[in-house]
Amino acid sequence: MEAKPIATIAEFHDPDAIVAAARAVHERGYAKFDCYTPYPVHGLDRAMGVQRTILPYISFAGGLTGLASALLLQWWTGGFDYKLNIGGKPFFAIQFSVPVDFELTVLICAFFTLIGLLHLCRLPTWWHPLQDDSSFQRATDDTFVLAIFADDPRYTTSDTQQLLKNVGGANVHVHYASNENTEAVSVG
Amino acid sequence: MHRPDGIHYEREPLVLGEPTLHDITAKIAGIAEEKPSPKYLMALSFTSAIAAWGVGCILYTILTGIGVWGLNNPIGWGWDITNFVFWIGIGHAGTLISAILFLFRQKWRTAINRSAEAMTIFAVICAGLFPLIHVGRIWFAYWLIPYPNQMQMWTNFRSPLEWDVFAVSTYLTVSLIFWFLGMVPDLATLRDVVKNKLAKRLYGFFSLGWSGSMRHWHRYEMAYLILAGLSTPLVLSVHSVVSLDFTAGILPGWHTTIFPPYFVAGAIFSGFAMVMTLLVIAREVLDLKEYITLKHLENMNKIILATGMMVGYAYAMEFFIAQYSGNPYESFVFINRATGDYAWAYWTMVLCNVVSPQVFWFKKLRRNIPLMFIVSILVNIGMWFERFTIIATSLHHDFLPASWGYYTPTWVEVSIFAGTFGIFLTLFLLFAKYIPVIAIAEVKAILPTAQPRHHHGTSAMQHSQVEHTHGS
Repeated sequence: MEAKPIATIAEFHDPDAIVAAARAVHERGYAKFDCYTPYPVHGLDRAMGVQRTILPYISFAGGLTGLASALLLQWWTGGFDYKLNIGGKPFFAIQFSVPVDFELTVLICAFFTLIGLLHLCRLPTWWHPLQDDSSFQRATDDTFVLAIFADDPRYTTSDTQQLLKNVGGANVHVHYASNENTEAVSVG
Repeated sequence: MHRPDGIHYEREPLVLGEPTLHDITAKIAGIAEEKPSPKYLMALSFTSAIAAWGVGCILYTILTGIGVWGLNNPIGWGWDITNFVFWIGIGHAGTLISAILFLFRQKWRTAINRSAEAMTIFAVICAGLFPLIHVGRIWFAYWLIPYPNQMQMWTNFRSPLEWDVFAVSTYLTVSLIFWFLGMVPDLATLRDVVKNKLAKRLYGFFSLGWSGSMRHWHRYEMAYLILAGLSTPLVLSVHSVVSLDFTAGILPGWHTTIFPPYFVAGAIFSGFAMVMTLLVIAREVLDLKEYITLKHLENMNKIILATGMMVGYAYAMEFFIAQYSGNPYESFVFINRATGDYAWAYWTMVLCNVVSPQVFWFKKLRRNIPLMFIVSILVNIGMWFERFTIIATSLHHDFLPASWGYYTPTWVEVSIFAGTFGIFLTLFLLFAKYIPVIAIAEVKAILPTAQPRHHHGTSAMQHSQVEHTHGS
C-alpha cells in the first residue's frame, strides 16, 4: 500500500527556538500546524497565532446557570411548593439563599469549565494521527515538537521540510500513514 | 542569599541539582514504575488494617444504631462532629496551596500542590463519612438532597445544615475536578514513559489522549485559572458555612460572629500542619529532596506561624468579647472552658496551637526538620482539641444546672476516628505510588531555562536567523 504523508515533524530542544519557528511557520501562512510541548511555553500560543479561547464565556454561562437554578430551586421549593413555617422565618428571602446560591454558581461553573475545555480540545480522543512517531512521543517528556499537517493547502513534502530545516528544526522527517497506524486505534 | 559583596540577592532555587526536563520525567515516573518495596507494602497493610477496623466499627454503628457512641443528653454532638470539622479543615490547605497561591503567582507551590490537593480530597472523603453515619439511618442520607418525592416535601433551605450539604459536596466535586485536570498532562507523560502494558493503558485512559498540543495548553491554562479563581472563594466559603452550623444556634460559645474567619484561619493552619507531616515523610521515603526543598518547608512554616497567630488572636478575642458582652451565660461558658471539666482539653489546645508554633520565629528552627515534624503533629492534635473544646464545652453545661453532663467517647467512636486515619493514609500511600506525586509539567515550567528569554520585542526575523545558524 502506498504511504500517504500525514505531517512533517521537526524537533526543537529550546523554548526560544520553538517560539521562533512557530512564528515563522505562522507568518508563512500555514494554518494546520501544531506545537507539542511538555509544558505550556509562554508566548508560544501568540507566536502560533492562536486566537484567545472562548472558554471564559462558557464558564460565565455556567455560573449564571448555577445562580439562576439555585434561586429558582430555593424559591420554588420553600416559597411556593412546600411552605413550611419555621419560627416565623420568611419562606424565601435573598439573604438566607446566599450560601446555596454561591455554592451552586461555583459548582455549575466548574462543570461548564471542565466540559467546555474538553469539548474545545476534542478530548477525550484516545487516538492521535502522530501517536506512533517517536518525536511526538517524546513531546510529553523533554522535546518540543512542531508538526505541519499534510492537509494544509500550502503543504508540499519538499517545501515544508525545507522550511522546518531553515527555522532550526532537528530530525525533520515526514510521518506517513501506513496500514498499521491507521488501524492501530488504541490507547496511547 | 547574601553575596560576598553584600549587594546582590539571589533567590534560592526552587528545584535543586539543576535537573533536565528528562530527569524530572524519569524521577517521577520512576516512582510509579518501580516495584513496590517491602517497606511500602508493610506500611500499606498497616494502614489498610486500621482502615478495615474503622470500617468494621462504622458497620457496627450502622447495624446497631448510634447508641453505641457516648452521645447522650445534653451532649448530642461529640467526636463525630469534631472529626467532621477536623477533617474538613485539613482539606483547606490543599485548595489554598493549589488555588490561592496560584493566583498570587507563588511558584514554590508547584512542588507540593499535587500532594496537598490529593490530601484535600482524601480528607473531605473522611469528613463526609461522619455526618452520614451521625444521621443514624444512613440509608436515608439522600433525604439531605432536594429531590421530588412521594412525600411532597422539600429540604429546608433556611437551615445552615442544608447549606453545609451544598458547601461540602461542591467542595469535594470542584476539588476533584481541579485535581484531575491538573493531573491530565502528567498522566500523559507517564503514559508515554511506562513500559508495563496495563499501566500504559490505565494512564492512557485517564490522560484522555492528551498530546501536549499548544492549542490545548492555551485553553488548559485558561481553564486552570478559572478553576483557581472559583476555588479561592469556595475554600473560604466552606469552612465559613461549617462554622454557621454552630453560630446559627443560640448556644453560648457558639453564637458568635467571629466564627467564620476564625474557622477559616484554623482550617488553613491545621491543613498546613498535615501537609507538613506528610511531606516530611514523603520527601524522605520517595527521595524527593531536590524537589521538596528546605525552602518549601520553611515557607510552609511561615504560613503555620501566621495562621497560628490568627487562631491565637481569635481565642483571646472570643474570651474578651464574652466578658465584654455582659451576658452571664456567655462569660460563664468561657470561664468554664478554661477552668471547668474540660480545662485539660482547652489548655492542650492553647499549648499546641498558640505556644508551639512560636518556635518558627527563628530561621534556624524553621529549617529544622525533626522540630517541624514535631510541631506539625502538635498542631494537628491542638486543632482537633479546638473543635472538641468548642463542641463539648458549650453543650455539656446547658442553661440549667439540671441538664449538665459530661461526655466521654466509647471505644467505637475512638475506633472510627482511628479508622478515618487509616482510610486517609491508605489513599495517600496509593496516591504517592501510582499517581505523579509532583506536578511534572508545572515543575518543568518553572526551571530557570524553561521559558523563552526574549519573546517580547525581538522580531521573528532575527529569531529565525539566529536559529538558522544554530540548526541547519
